[in-house]
Amino acid sequence: MAIDSAVLVIGGGLAGLTSALAAARAGGDVRLVSAKQSTLRNASGLVDVLGYAPDGTGPLIDPFEAITSLPEGHPYRTVGVDAVREALALFDEVTDYCGGHTDRNALVPTHGGTVKPTARYPRGVAAGLASDDRDALLVGFESLLDFDAPLAADPLRAAGVPFGVRGVTVGFPGDLRADAKVTRYAKLLDVNDEVGANGRSRAARAALAAAVEPHLDGEPRVGFPAVLGDDRPGEVRRTLGEMLGVDVFEVPTGPPSLPGLRLEDALFAALDAAGASIETGNPVVDFEGEGRVEAVYVEKNGARIPYTADQYVLATGGLVGKGVESDREGVSEPVFDCHVPHPADRYDWFDEDAFGDHAFAGFGLRTDAQLRPLTAEGTVEFDNLRAAGAVLGGYDFPAEKSGSGVSLATGYAAGWAATQEAR
Amino acid sequence: MGSSPHIVVVGGGSTGTGITRDLAMRGFDVTLVEQGNLTHGTTGRMHGLLHSGGRYAVSDRASARECIAENRVLREIAAHCVEMTGGLFVKRPEDGEAYFEGKLDGCRACDIPASVISGEEARAMEPHLARDVEKAITVPDGAVDPFRLVVANAADARDRGARIETHSTVTDLLVEAGEVVGVEVEHEAGPGERVHGVEGGREEIRADHVVNATGAWAGRIGAMAGVDIEVRPSKGVMTVMNVRQVDTVLNRCRPKGDADVIVPHETTVILGTTDEEVDDPEDYPEEQWEVDAVIDTLASLVPMLRDARTIRSFWGVRPLYEPPDVGSDAPTDITRDFFLLDHAERDGLPGLTSIVGGKFTTYRLMAERVADHVCGRFGVDADCRTADVPLPGSEDFSVLRDYMDEFGLRSPVGRRSVERLGSRADDVLDVDGPNPTVCECEAVTRAEIRDAIEGSGSDLNAVRIRTRASMGNCQGGFCCHRMASELHGTYDEPVVREAWDELLAERWKGQRHALWGRQLSQAMLNYALHATTQNRDRDPADAGPVDYAAFDDGPTRAGGPAGADVAADGGQNGN
Ligand SMILES: Cc1cc2nc3c(=O)[nH]c(=O)nc-3n(C[C@H](O)[C@H](O)[C@H](O)COP(=O)(O)OP(=O)(O)OC[C@H]3O[C@@H](n4cnc5c(N)ncnc54)[C@H](O)[C@@H]3O)c2cc1C
Ligand SMILES: Cc1cc2nc3c(=O)[nH]c(=O)nc-3n(C[C@H](O)[C@H](O)[C@H](O)COP(=O)(O)OP(=O)(O)OC[C@H]3O[C@@H](n4cnc5c(N)ncnc54)[C@H](O)[C@@H]3O)c2cc1C
Repeated sequence: MAIDSAVLVIGGGLAGLTSALAAARAGGDVRLVSAKQSTLRNASGLVDVLGYAPDGTGPLIDPFEAITSLPEGHPYRTVGVDAVREALALFDEVTDYCGGHTDRNALVPTHGGTVKPTARYPRGVAAGLASDDRDALLVGFESLLDFDAPLAADPLRAAGVPFGVRGVTVGFPGDLRADAKVTRYAKLLDVNDEVGANGRSRAARAALAAAVEPHLDGEPRVGFPAVLGDDRPGEVRRTLGEMLGVDVFEVPTGPPSLPGLRLEDALFAALDAAGASIETGNPVVDFEGEGRVEAVYVEKNGARIPYTADQYVLATGGLVGKGVESDREGVSEPVFDCHVPHPADRYDWFDEDAFGDHAFAGFGLRTDAQLRPLTAEGTVEFDNLRAAGAVLGGYDFPAEKSGSGVSLATGYAAGWAATQEAR
Repeated sequence: MGSSPHIVVVGGGSTGTGITRDLAMRGFDVTLVEQGNLTHGTTGRMHGLLHSGGRYAVSDRASARECIAENRVLREIAAHCVEMTGGLFVKRPEDGEAYFEGKLDGCRACDIPASVISGEEARAMEPHLARDVEKAITVPDGAVDPFRLVVANAADARDRGARIETHSTVTDLLVEAGEVVGVEVEHEAGPGERVHGVEGGREEIRADHVVNATGAWAGRIGAMAGVDIEVRPSKGVMTVMNVRQVDTVLNRCRPKGDADVIVPHETTVILGTTDEEVDDPEDYPEEQWEVDAVIDTLASLVPMLRDARTIRSFWGVRPLYEPPDVGSDAPTDITRDFFLLDHAERDGLPGLTSIVGGKFTTYRLMAERVADHVCGRFGVDADCRTADVPLPGSEDFSVLRDYMDEFGLRSPVGRRSVERLGSRADDVLDVDGPNPTVCECEAVTRAEIRDAIEGSGSDLNAVRIRTRASMGNCQGGFCCHRMASELHGTYDEPVVREAWDELLAERWKGQRHALWGRQLSQAMLNYALHATTQNRDRDPADAGPVDYAAFDDGPTRAGGPAGADVAADGGQNGN
């Protein structure tokens, strides 16, 4: 007997989670299977909707307005701007993110010292926005290489931000190893253990505040790399803020990215609460069916277990998530072997410039209006298979700043439609 | 040194830096001029094989003898640049028996230690070797790091009073009364080490003698004084794999041809190579077929290479030279020997000597010949000591201690750092403050990066070749910004940003030839890190002004500080 559900979502990233959540909220009997941790581990945890037009115009103030002028074939055009809004509403409901109070993009300082337009940001990032005109102090840690606060402050000034900004580097209290992982910093602050600093022992948060204090010069807000707690980020931020008498914010860093991991946890918790079945750790390796998916096979400890469903959602990610693969001969989708359009010559897959117009950035599946993948001839591959997220092609998310937004919107649309259609 | 003759050496490859060190050791006043980084030319784009001579033992025994002699010397004087991997000449069923026997005889005739092992024995050494490999000859091939070796030569020369000018191009030879009396140099960033954004300038450097050690470019320098030097540049590709599939140098045992060597190098193996004559050593096509050819051909020795991950490919041009009367058709036929051209005797132009052809492995010998020649020209009586005096970093390499505790480094990181730094490890790694790992793929710590910055200014590509930072699997995806951070403090932000962009561009260049499979996925990840997380592709400091007031300034700006908003923290507070 196969393991059966009305809707089976393959892939546990932003798209798969949103898809399963939308389906479960719509009353569907949903199961999600996922091989590994998702791209969120690497991503900044910001949810961009659209920061720049495909021709580079931007930063865009209103991403929703700009969606309507995207080219045909862009996933946002397929699902429409209403689906984007509904997906964000669901997202706002289940996470502790900000940005929903306005249609306007926010400009978030990056760890590289630029600002980036985004539509939703973790609450811990809120006090750092570049349109806020209060002066800011950025604080980096001596052995945490991914955020060099003085180097981040200088280009922000060069970019003309409307506030004064300085960067300082302090030693992180305690005796963390020189190459300790960010999770070690976060845990220390979560638990608030006693650490040794300047010859005496005190709680980690107080010790950190004491290290920063002498550098403050009246700035009402202070930014840290995104290591302020894993389980209790709000509490860590608040205590530090109270001790210093300032607003505390995080600058997204990674990988590994704590904001991304926190978001993943929040979405899994919401999905669990919505009553979906969740299985992680094992990949879908094969399927059965022609014109219609009859079953997929999950590999567990070397055995192949069949899973059946009425409707399937493919949310296995793009080149990074392993939902799109390539070799010297071509580009393919490994689970269902859906068609992935790409130039025949692999030297046409990329541009000469590191930040040029790379064809590979747009590799992925093309779909019909219902997000069903299409063959090379333009016919539907399988009647009951939809695709969502980075496995879709036709958009260059790093250039547009649209990654998480597309995953949310298409995940939402695919999950909702799958439930409607399931018997 | 005021009264000693002043020699200008043009070319900062292995040959030029080797010559500079040798001349400095013999008491000359020397200036080295290089248009790019040290190793900018062929030396930075070669296969990294420390030849045993086995490769030339059939066709060119004079070269083979030189190779084995120099191989022995470099193991001593440059221990921290050499890894004695050992090498095999591997015979497949379709490779001729007579050639195999000839190779063995040749090695023995040239004093190259060689013995025959069976296919099984070879596979016991290298488990991924093809099942149908019949037998092999063992030889003392090794792997050599050209960057480290050249930097050590330059550093030692500088310690002995030489002036080293990188990013300085020789634009003309100064000729007066039929004699070369110096060079005209265009500095990219003023004399001394390179700093981005510093005004360059012209300089006339007068000299008692000029040595042209510009390899594939030698003809151009010659032309500046109207002499003909018939270099025949020939390009070759090298493809870098992401792991060490083999630990021994593998050579295909057949007459010299394309794609017949695999060299283990640090964490990678490098496949090579092709041999195609080109017109211009700086501008030649880098072609897809070459990459496919090395992978497909060498997969017959190590089948798993066919589907393995490559991280980048690069090309180099051989500075082949052939005396005017030979006229070989194919570049594979041109001798690998080196030639010292005494232009006084050859062209009636005193003041200039050129050195062309040769190999990396024999760089020291080439330098010795040139220095002997210059000594003869000035009547200086000084013996060559470069075969005996170790390079900085290799002086006391036998005393490997437990650096892990000593420098607070985790063990694999500590071991790699010490291997790279050799006897300089103490000086470089003994720093105040934490010493985190900047480049995880290659295990390069902050202290090594800072040491390299001290030696090379704001040029992150020079830091890269000195340390190997950003040269591993992720090709700089995770560490370019960290390397840039280390510049900050010494250099201003605009300098840092320019150096950073330049490093990103350089890293991208070689990866383009490896963009499929997992490396394409890596490229997408890097692109996302740099363009999405960092928004470097649309840096607002480079683009036009931003209307900050038009954007969201936060949810609670009106109501109060966002960080203190207790209720909004949801369940994440945990208590
Ligand atoms: C470095 C980086 C930074 C980014 N920064 C931002 C940002 O600042 N803002 C933004 O909006 N977006 C950002 N993005 C983009 C965004 O994170 C992604 O577009 C989005 O997370 C993709 O979600 P996904 O669910 O489509 O795919 P993924 O997150 O890749 O998820 C795919 C899932 O499918 C699973 N899977 C794959 N194959 C199988 C199989 N055969 N069987 C079962 N499961 C399988 C994988 O294990 C994984 O869990 C960034 C991306 C990267 C890489
Ligand atoms: C594909 C390939 C693989 C190889 N593999 C090996 C190997 O495994 N083992 C081995 O022993 N040998 C190998 N070789 C050979 C070896 O790399 C070269 O023989 C050696 O590096 C040449 O060094 P060089 O200093 O003479 O030349 P280069 O390294 O080219 O140095 C010449 C320098 O002159 C500079 N220059 C040129 N014009 C000017 C100017 N106008 N002003 C200032 N500077 C100027 C250039 O920038 C350059 O840096 C290989 C060669 C190739 C092409």
